[in-house]
Amino acid sequence: MTAVVTGDLPVIEAPRSRRSGGGNGTNFEMYAWIFMRMSGLLLVFLVLGHLFIMLLLDGGVQRINFGFVAGRWASPFWRTWDLAQLWLAQLHGTNGLRVIINDYAERDGTRFWLKMLLYTSSFLVLLLGTLVIFTFDPDITG
Amino acid sequence: MQAPAGTLYRGREGMWSWVAHRVTGVLIFFFLFAHVLDTALVRVSPDSYNRIMDTYKTPLVNLMEVGLVGAVLFHALNGLRVMAIDFWEKGTRYQKQMTWAVLTVFVAVMVPATYRMVAHTFAELFGSTT
Repeated sequence: MTAVVTGDLPVIEAPRSRRSGGGNGTNFEMYAWIFMRMSGLLLVFLVLGHLFIMLLLDGGVQRINFGFVAGRWASPFWRTWDLAQLWLAQLHGTNGLRVIINDYAERDGTRFWLKMLLYTSSFLVLLLGTLVIFTFDPDITG
Repeated sequence: MQAPAGTLYRGREGMWSWVAHRVTGVLIFFFLFAHVLDTALVRVSPDSYNRIMDTYKTPLVNLMEVGLVGAVLFHALNGLRVMAIDFWEKGTRYQKQMTWAVLTVFVAVMVPATYRMVAHTFAELFGSTT
């Protein structure tokens, strides 16, 4: 494929060239890249399994209520499943949104504050979700 | 003025699956936020949890459930394609074919899954006794 190119083009550095300046000397972006693939692979099984059980098996969502949750979370297996799912999905999604914010928010201040909002909400979601799984009480009285 | 040409993906299957991956990812992220909050109601009382679950069983939210499953399924299948492009030596050569494989599996799974998910709502709305 031969491309005819006219006009000014942005300068694109050769792949794998050392960047001058920028970066803080860690390989954070590489580890984030690896994490997205590893967590993604696990989430394919965890989340599709979760959706299959909750929404397709038996009566689907129609049968879900407090008693159903109590029955499931009586088992350490499902609590472990849900905890792994919560942490992997929330971290996977947080990193995904971080990349999207970096791509589209052009002003430094906007980018910073959107990411602070993202990290704060992610922290609270992980904290709340983890507490709920660990402190669930089937005999709670409302 | 002419747009830069010759980039691998521009305007083709690869670009659109990249766009769809982003859109579905953001949708799933916001659903997860809501889903952790609604599940947290099991720590408030059985009644408040059951009431929020009742809204999930209404026809409109049931339809959105199909959209959620579609978003997750596409994101999962396309994620596997992304991993194949990254780690399989022939991945880049077959990225376009893999996009069509993703869509084929997507349709093959979504048709029966949608049927199962909306069957109850359908019966409820149109008065079947099943």
